[in-house]
Amino acid sequence: MLLNVDQSNPELESISSLQITTKVNNNKMASKKIRTAQIRLMSSHQEVYEPCDDSFALVDALLADCSNLLKHCPALCMEIGCGSGYVITSLALMLGQEGLGVNYIATDINPHAVSVTRETLNAHGVDAELIITDIASGLEKRLAGLVDVIVVNPPYVPTPEDEVGADGITASWAGGENGRCVIDRILPVADHLLSEKGWLYMVTLTANNPSEICLQMREKGYASRIVIQRSTEEESLHIIKFWRDSDIEVFKNEKVMTEKSVPARLMDYVLTQFPLFSFWRSSDSDNKLIQRNPVHTDLDAKDLLRIQFHPVSHSLQSVRYENFDLWGTLGIMSFCYKCS
Amino acid sequence: MRLLTHNMLSSNIKGVTNGFPLRIEAEKVVEKTVEMNPDFLKKMFDKIQWKAFVDGSRAMGFTELPEEVDSSVLESDEFLSRFHHALLELHLEEGALVCPETGRRFPVNKGIPNMLLHEDEV
Repeated sequence: MLLNVDQSNPELESISSLQITTKVNNNKMASKKIRTAQIRLMSSHQEVYEPCDDSFALVDALLADCSNLLKHCPALCMEIGCGSGYVITSLALMLGQEGLGVNYIATDINPHAVSVTRETLNAHGVDAELIITDIASGLEKRLAGLVDVIVVNPPYVPTPEDEVGADGITASWAGGENGRCVIDRILPVADHLLSEKGWLYMVTLTANNPSEICLQMREKGYASRIVIQRSTEEESLHIIKFWRDSDIEVFKNEKVMTEKSVPARLMDYVLTQFPLFSFWRSSDSDNKLIQRNPVHTDLDAKDLLRIQFHPVSHSLQSVRYENFDLWGTLGIMSFCYKCS
Repeated sequence: MRLLTHNMLSSNIKGVTNGFPLRIEAEKVVEKTVEMNPDFLKKMFDKIQWKAFVDGSRAMGFTELPEEVDSSVLESDEFLSRFHHALLELHLEEGALVCPETGRRFPVNKGIPNMLLHEDEV
């Protein structure tokens, strides 16, 4: 059973504000108890990318998700492209070290960057295994399926192709066409290295077409959500978190069922469940599944609430909300809640 | 570079089919004490290729690991502390990792292996 619901319901409008409140609280909590790398302790080198808005946004995303990360109990965490070491150092400060059963690996193609990362880690009293290599070359065979958390601030700036992977600092930002050249090489490697419960956090720029990246990852079975969206003078950054989600397969295969109205009482029940929903982004490859709300205002036309019931027991199976404009440039925003 | 990392590294040269394990040439080994976490050790035990690990630890001067093991050794505190020491406390500071198939040496300087390939190796 499938239905579309009028978006003017005040309960629905409160979702985004509720989510934001939670994030703010998390940040406050995090800033009280949890340390990140300090700029005054950072090492530097003229050929190494210094922590900038993108690095700060990635660390802020990790902070915002810190309580989840701590519960996740990762054994192996990895940074691909560690640069100055700001991110891997912050992660190690957040999640702890060997005594807590957490170990870190960081790679960079730039030998100067790896040396700077070593100094930054030392200055903060934390440790990680460092390797000078291209993405994860040399690790792919034996590290497959073992990494629980991967963080990446890739070279995402659109540039001529011949600047990609160049010597020195250029490699830290040169991303080729649409800034996707290195990103598109990293994604399959990350998929290969991540454990069953593995999470990937990645910085993207609007020019990288993040919604397409999410779709690509969805085809590999990953759900995703934007942890932080931040616009600076020069760029609009999205920090996206990916995780394997068996539900993705379910939605891929699901068929559109007939639309029927649902008793108001049941609708009320559904709406009371909203605080439980987690946000995640996705889009259907099968256009038939995307049902736009037929109600007349512009806003309504962008939203869809799709509720699925069990065909026999009529119990609530899943709720799915999609908004085609909420994230502006990103296209479709949606979240999904599956009842057990 | 720890033996944990050594156990996860293979030669990445184009055309090499059996690039694991890399043979360790140790010039300088340092020890750094870290806190032990038995759960982590138990988790990693299944993932470690034991022969490569024992050979690696010997190349770094540590000879107290048994040649053959099964999961029953995890009951022994003595084993766990040796395993912990070899896996996480020994660091190859200076030396090289040698590809078992081609003999190509990947240098390790200041504890950092350099796995970058030359153009004709990619």
